[in-house]
Amino acid sequence: PLYVVNHGETGPIRCNRCKAYMCPFMQFIEGGRRFQCGFCSCVNDVPPFFFQHLDHIGRRVDHYERPELSLGSYEYVATLDYCRNNKPPNPPAYIFMIDVSYRNINSGLVKLICDELKTLLDKLPREEQEESSAIRVGFVTYNKVLHFFNVKSSLAQPQMMVVSDVGEVFVPLLDGFLVNFQESRSVVINLLDQIPEMFADTNESETIFAPVIQAGLEALKAAECAGKLFIFHSSLPTAEAPGKLRNRDDKKLLNTDKEKTLFQPQVNSYEALARDCVANGCCVNLFLFPNQYMDVASMGLVTMYTGGTLYKYNNFQLDSDSPQFLSDLRRDIEKKTGFDAIMRVRTSTGFRATDFFGAIYMNNTTDVEMAAVDCDKAVTVEFKHDDKLNEDSGALIQCAVLYTSISGQRRLRIHNIGLNCSSQLADIYKACETDALTNFFAKSAFKAILSQPLKTVREILLNQTAHMLACYRKNCASPSAVSQLILPDSMKVLPVYMNCLLKSCVLVGRPEIPTDERAYHRQLVMAMGVADTQLFFYPRLLPIHSLDPRTDTVPAAVRCSEERLSEGGAFILTNGLSMFLWLGVSAPPELIQGLFNVPSFAHISTEATLLPDLDNPFSKKLKSILEHIQSQKPYTMKLIIVKQREQPEMLFRQLLVEDKSIYGGASYVDFLCCVHKEICQLLS
Amino acid sequence: MATYLEFIQQNEERDGVRFSWNVWPSSRLEATRMVVPLACLLTPLKERLDLPPVQYEPVLCSRPTCKAVLNPLCQVDYRAKLWACNFCFQRNQFPPAYAGISEVNQPAELMPQFSTIEYIVQRGPQMPLIFLYVVDTCLEEEDLQALKESLQMSLSLLPADALVGLITFGRMVQVHELSCEGISKSYVFRGTKDLTAKQIQDMLGLSRPAVPIQQGRPLQTPEQPVISSRFLQPVHKIDMNLTDLLGELQRDPWPLRSTGVALSIAVGLLEGTFPNTGARIMLFTGGPPTQGPGMVVGDELKTPIRSWHDIEKDNARFMKKATKHYETLANRTAANGHCIDIYACALDQTGLLEMKCCANLTGGHMVMGDSFNTSLFKQTFQRVFSKGFNGEFRMAFGANLDVKTSRELKIAGAIGPCISLNAKGPCVSENELGIGGTSQWKICSLDPSTTLAIYFEVVNQHNAPIPQGGRGAVQFVTQYQHSSTQKRIRVTTIARNWADAQSQLQHIEAAFDQEAAAVLMARLGVYRAESEEGPDVLRWLDRQLIRLCQKFGQYNKDDPNSFRLSESFSLYPQFMFHLRRSPFLQVFNNSPDESSYYRHHFARQDLTQSLIMIQPILYAYSFHGPPEPVLLDSSSILPDRILLMDTFFQIVIYLGETIAQWQKAGYQDMPEYENFKHLLQAPLDDAQEILQTRFPMPRYIHTEHGGSQARFLLSKVNPSQTHNNLYAWGQESGAPILTDDVSLQVFMDHLKKLAVSSAS
Repeated sequence: PLYVVNHGETGPIRCNRCKAYMCPFMQFIEGGRRFQCGFCSCVNDVPPFFFQHLDHIGRRVDHYERPELSLGSYEYVATLDYCRNNKPPNPPAYIFMIDVSYRNINSGLVKLICDELKTLLDKLPREEQEESSAIRVGFVTYNKVLHFFNVKSSLAQPQMMVVSDVGEVFVPLLDGFLVNFQESRSVVINLLDQIPEMFADTNESETIFAPVIQAGLEALKAAECAGKLFIFHSSLPTAEAPGKLRNRDDKKLLNTDKEKTLFQPQVNSYEALARDCVANGCCVNLFLFPNQYMDVASMGLVTMYTGGTLYKYNNFQLDSDSPQFLSDLRRDIEKKTGFDAIMRVRTSTGFRATDFFGAIYMNNTTDVEMAAVDCDKAVTVEFKHDDKLNEDSGALIQCAVLYTSISGQRRLRIHNIGLNCSSQLADIYKACETDALTNFFAKSAFKAILSQPLKTVREILLNQTAHMLACYRKNCASPSAVSQLILPDSMKVLPVYMNCLLKSCVLVGRPEIPTDERAYHRQLVMAMGVADTQLFFYPRLLPIHSLDPRTDTVPAAVRCSEERLSEGGAFILTNGLSMFLWLGVSAPPELIQGLFNVPSFAHISTEATLLPDLDNPFSKKLKSILEHIQSQKPYTMKLIIVKQREQPEMLFRQLLVEDKSIYGGASYVDFLCCVHKEICQLLS
Repeated sequence: MATYLEFIQQNEERDGVRFSWNVWPSSRLEATRMVVPLACLLTPLKERLDLPPVQYEPVLCSRPTCKAVLNPLCQVDYRAKLWACNFCFQRNQFPPAYAGISEVNQPAELMPQFSTIEYIVQRGPQMPLIFLYVVDTCLEEEDLQALKESLQMSLSLLPADALVGLITFGRMVQVHELSCEGISKSYVFRGTKDLTAKQIQDMLGLSRPAVPIQQGRPLQTPEQPVISSRFLQPVHKIDMNLTDLLGELQRDPWPLRSTGVALSIAVGLLEGTFPNTGARIMLFTGGPPTQGPGMVVGDELKTPIRSWHDIEKDNARFMKKATKHYETLANRTAANGHCIDIYACALDQTGLLEMKCCANLTGGHMVMGDSFNTSLFKQTFQRVFSKGFNGEFRMAFGANLDVKTSRELKIAGAIGPCISLNAKGPCVSENELGIGGTSQWKICSLDPSTTLAIYFEVVNQHNAPIPQGGRGAVQFVTQYQHSSTQKRIRVTTIARNWADAQSQLQHIEAAFDQEAAAVLMARLGVYRAESEEGPDVLRWLDRQLIRLCQKFGQYNKDDPNSFRLSESFSLYPQFMFHLRRSPFLQVFNNSPDESSYYRHHFARQDLTQSLIMIQPILYAYSFHGPPEPVLLDSSSILPDRILLMDTFFQIVIYLGETIAQWQKAGYQDMPEYENFKHLLQAPLDDAQEILQTRFPMPRYIHTEHGGSQARFLLSKVNPSQTHNNLYAWGQESGAPILTDDVSLQVFMDHLKKLAVSSAS
């Protein structure tokens, strides 16, 4: 954890003019009585309690004792001035909202969730020094109407309160809806036992959606706290209620100017709802279990704007999909999360933050609002020059996130970074990070498709790639033949990443690709960090036939191309969302025996989603590798076993991104040629 | 020959009817000159120990516009098996079942002693009674606890097969499902949003799915609505459940009261599931509605609830809207044949003024108390479920009162806990008195003492004299659902002689029932007071009284001292004097809620109780003799007397100055003064007797000379001695009343003067 600075009632020390927080970029002058802001150069008085003498090189004597003077990242304890209504925040709440319509009951999902919650609720996140979690929990079930539950600890039995006025949802109770699990354990367990039974005979198949979020929001509002909603939903909300959706999926719109509407919400009410949620610190986590079109673009909107996470399990089958789902649920509940957050990025003069991408909401151009932000969410910030940068002082950036911790403490997390400036283009190209660039291009492209035709967006991406490379060629590279393609060292992989981005299903309109899948991917990418986008766009292909169980080394990843596969090999392929185990037709029987405990290729069942636990070093080694990969990714990946030359190989092959895609995406070589051509045109 | 007094009493006991005039003026013109209209007080379900119901259908006149019931006044031709209707003179065949009748073998309905007869008929399915509790949870802990206990207790008093339901409200309204095992389930509604009946039924999941029409088969009548059983359950099945549920009721943490929406949901629930069957919505509220439709006062404590002063100044900002809301609900409830009881217990007003129509139009009870934790509420509520002599509940539902008259009469209207059924016909008068324009009224809930005032108009023209010995007849046909869920019809047929007012005025005069007349005039006055300014009503009453005195008094013109009234009129002016001072017409010193409460009860009680309300009874207890009724006059307040006053709403025991001193000295505890102890005890015993039977329980006040509560007595007695007529000071007769009100003597003097004046 980061160091926490607590200045008591005074609160964080800030520059009077630009409001930047005390950080290593502040220069102490006049014997330590004043400091000059590194961002705006304003000279401020040092508050008496903070005064310290300077040493011979003009540095404060306590320089290394104070995180805010010596570290890039640290936290401040915020004062009441930083709290909503100047009141200390209450600990956040988690509200579980379960769709109990016919499908979810019938599929056994409701029972699965209820059973799992009984153990999960003991694992709610807590501050390290605390005994138990401060988070309160509440329960709602719904189909066409909402059922709230009173689980007050003093009750012998939970009480159910039905709200059928879905047009204007309200919370029917205050006391007893949100409870501490430890205190109300017996009532909550009783409730979770009864929910599946209570609705066992249901034949209600219609559901509502927006009122569910509204209900959660109202409950948090009434309890005056921030929180997360966990919504488990499985059908298009067609019941008569606000936010009612119809099936508007239309393949005829693909590759037309209207294609963008498929990524926009169907009705306006979700935007307003999202705004309301953000304003009240209500984060919406959505678990979808569709078996047909569910309009992810509309339903996921609130999740996206509130910093929530969207999970989607197509054609959910209790047997094969519950491990994946339960693992996701567990991770999400246990996740370290900050609530009711607001982020501000400050820069030194000469440049400024101009655009922000992520699972965020922006009311104005500078404040990034997040109903909640967890460890897997990243915000991508675009900076632009608005003046000359000074090579001596460099470019300084301070990012401050004000949030409520899981125990209900208001905190400020400060990140500082100082970058060098250079007037030499070559230096700049040298210091470029392609993974970050890919992340930025992906997010900006995925944002642009809401307002521009896909074709334009794709052209822009291609142009930008060509421009960057042409600029290098023109200004930095040593002269050479025009026909030669020259890439800067740090951008060697830019074309392959760009090609992957252009091939991603979001940017490719093909009738074979479900609209929901595209919307889903778009939404996931918007919240991803650099490492996640890197893997997502360029999956990792690991040859495991060459795995040596005796060493700790993980086999080196190979390029994502069919050429790298071999009939006698076995490969793991993963992009952070799905994971494949590909087996060549003539994979060695020892390997098959070692992994699956079956004698031959033909005996392997592709139904399984887990490898059997076998007591041999090879199997153990592989499992530990898989676990390691999994542990770094926010989404649980279901293992799909693919045999060479069998039908499911199609899915697998889509991730071999260097090859020509079945949906028409160019192979890496083709794309390289295309880029080269563009560069040549630009140079001529 | 029996005196008229005996005749009147006999008629009341047998038929539950008291007419203002027992000999009727035979022409329209003369009738209007009688001042007091021809009218009667009818107690449709008067308890009759000697009236076993007959188990067959009544025989009706075959004329479609008449349909009068065969009765002792009909001419019967036993040989031809024909009978002539005494209202329309239609000749009717007896039905086949009557083949065996003869002069000596008459069916009961032809025997003169069965002028009132009750039939049990088989019509439709018998539906259990329904009791829907609508409970305010916005109460003090102690109050809520007491209310819960009363409600739990009441479950044991209900008929075993009765259906019960529970709605609770505070800031939200909760409709509790009673059928579920395990988790208790309720439907919750926002207390600020008015919903239509359709919306309520949809939200409760009560809308019946469209019945698929099967080809070639006629649609069957829908079976009993099973679906509603979630909210309304037989009490014997769920009394344990409900007892627990009531026990677990919590105070509403949000101090807002959504009475308007709660009632609307209760009405909507019954409307959708059990229309036209006996159902009581019982509203228990501990304060005024403070939010949503029907709110009476804002939730800010700094704004007090409206007073008469505010209403006069047009400052009661919620009143009109709220009244409209409750009126709409009351009319819907009445149309469905259900009733609404209001049990309002709070120290301040609770909005009875706005809600009164709910009880008034549906025949529901209205009870006003200080707290649910008082014997006044507890016993009153218990008495709702009391049983009559034959072990039957003293409640009936969904009554339809049909009045038929002979041709010389028309029906002008009715005043009581009823609504018009808009049945037009030849016997309906154009001149309305009370709720008119109809010959039929619906009384959604009634008990054996419920009494309606029915007003008639003589329409016989002056130039068409009625033959000597002609009689006018009126038939009252009351169809209702008995508490045993049987459908019953009670038929009362009465006849009175006609008399020519010019030649036989003394007959008419002698047959004047001044008690009935006073109550009938009072009901008209109170009915007017609901919509007119108080002083206008008083002026109207005064004018009527003066005109009556001019018509029937004996006097020499312009000589007040010569004025005399005959015995049958002698008490009437006194009744009017007390009526003028009564809380039914005076709002001074009463809150709007209290006025509504008093008027509510006045419009439904029988003659005896109504008279007590107009002119309270005063008994004196002393060592000078046995207890005796004394004049309701300040001169009756003597130091050595104990007084017992019954105003219907209050029972006051007042110890005279000396008695109070004796009691303070503790004489009653000394064995040698045991007679004093008995004297003190006597009024208590008598008061107990009254308390035993009265509904609602009166407020019981025990006070003494100089006690602050003595004001209850002092405000009622005729102020014959006041601080103004000094001659009374220092005399040993009675207590002076500090008031500027005129005394009965002054009132009478003025009345005489005006009556004999030739100027008017």
